[in-house]
Amino acid sequence: MSASTVIKGGVTLAVIAAICTTLVAFTYRLTEERIDANEQALLERSLQPALSGLFYDSGVTESKIIVPPPHDLPGSEAAIIYRVYAQQEPVAALFVVSARDGYAGPIRILVGADTEGLVTGVHVLEHRETPGLGDRVESTKSDWVKQFEGRSLLDPTPSEWAIKGDGGQFDQLTGASVTPRAIVKAVKNTLVYYDAHRDELFADAPAESDQQKEVP
Amino acid sequence: MTSPRFIDRLKTGLWDENPGLVQLLGLCPVLAVTSTFVNGLGLGIATIAVLVASNGLVSATRRWILTEIRIPIYVLIIASLVTCIELVFKAWFPYLDRSLGIFIPLIVTNCAIVARAEVFASRNTVGASLADGFVMGLGFALLLMAIGGFRELLGQGSLFAGMDMLIGGEPIRGLVLLDGGWLLAILPPGAFFSLALAIAAKNVIDRRQREKLKNAMLGQARRARK
Repeated sequence: MSASTVIKGGVTLAVIAAICTTLVAFTYRLTEERIDANEQALLERSLQPALSGLFYDSGVTESKIIVPPPHDLPGSEAAIIYRVYAQQEPVAALFVVSARDGYAGPIRILVGADTEGLVTGVHVLEHRETPGLGDRVESTKSDWVKQFEGRSLLDPTPSEWAIKGDGGQFDQLTGASVTPRAIVKAVKNTLVYYDAHRDELFADAPAESDQQKEVP
Repeated sequence: MTSPRFIDRLKTGLWDENPGLVQLLGLCPVLAVTSTFVNGLGLGIATIAVLVASNGLVSATRRWILTEIRIPIYVLIIASLVTCIELVFKAWFPYLDRSLGIFIPLIVTNCAIVARAEVFASRNTVGASLADGFVMGLGFALLLMAIGGFRELLGQGSLFAGMDMLIGGEPIRGLVLLDGGWLLAILPPGAFFSLALAIAAKNVIDRRQREKLKNAMLGQARRARK
């Protein structure tokens, strides 16, 4: 390759690279706002299943607390807590935690509980369980997660917070007991944490909620 | 575009040289995302868009590009286009984007796209290249949809579940034909079996047609002799 070919090739590459970068930058500009809005909407929507039957008037995602590990909530990654208010009064708390002992890695779940400690909803956000078996914990595939609604640490008693196969009160899924067991345990531990830290969680007024406040 | 040559090209892309069925290019998405019809359709649309655009761009710039540096240039063009398509999906089909996950950015690695750039777009006019990108993409997309639909039907007993990810609105469970299904079909081996069945079916049809043609020609020859 002669020197002039090298220069010509380099210039062509540079020009094409510049055109391509412009194209990407332009598309980014064009879609940026929509993507942000979508992500916000997706988050709000993904929290809905844990808020069934609740009246609230606060933007849920604004009252976010990130709990960095180590913490007493289930899971080894950072947990997220959202506080829900109605007319400045606390109504419920939502927890995004991980059930550590899933069949194929951690299962990210959303647990909602009102101020009385009654579960307002459980929703599986992310998992890698076997399709057709463990993945029936997804609310789009079966109503399995519905059985948590209205339960609390008093109903059933802590020793019965387990799947039926382990002597507890929660249904399991045919062919998959590891996944339900992990989720039941994670929900229970979340409620235990909530019970112990409820007052701390709602200690600060909703108006001046600190986005990154650390809790034990 | 409605010239008979486009129809020939359509047949080439959809059947004779189907990128997935015959050239066996881009098998990674064919096997990985086809657990449902909607996933297949979504990735199919994305692939068509990338193929048409990349063929167009490669063809439009073909006169200025030295053969020595053509591959890095194809890579640049394809990577940028895929990034754009990914952004568009994130903006307009966020649920589908989540469902397809990493496979949208992975269109970059679909060798069907580089193959069309190298084999066709770098030697033909922009119009012909756009048409080629479209028919090849369509052939690929139809295969994704066929395998996706087949696996969804066998594995979950439904068809078109999750269509809401494309057209919006309330979650759709699709046409539920059977309750539950044959699990293996949705698991990764199901993808291999389905692809094998599709290729086998195509070969059977092709052989039948060849034999029919041969018999017809033999018959003609015999009649001619009489």
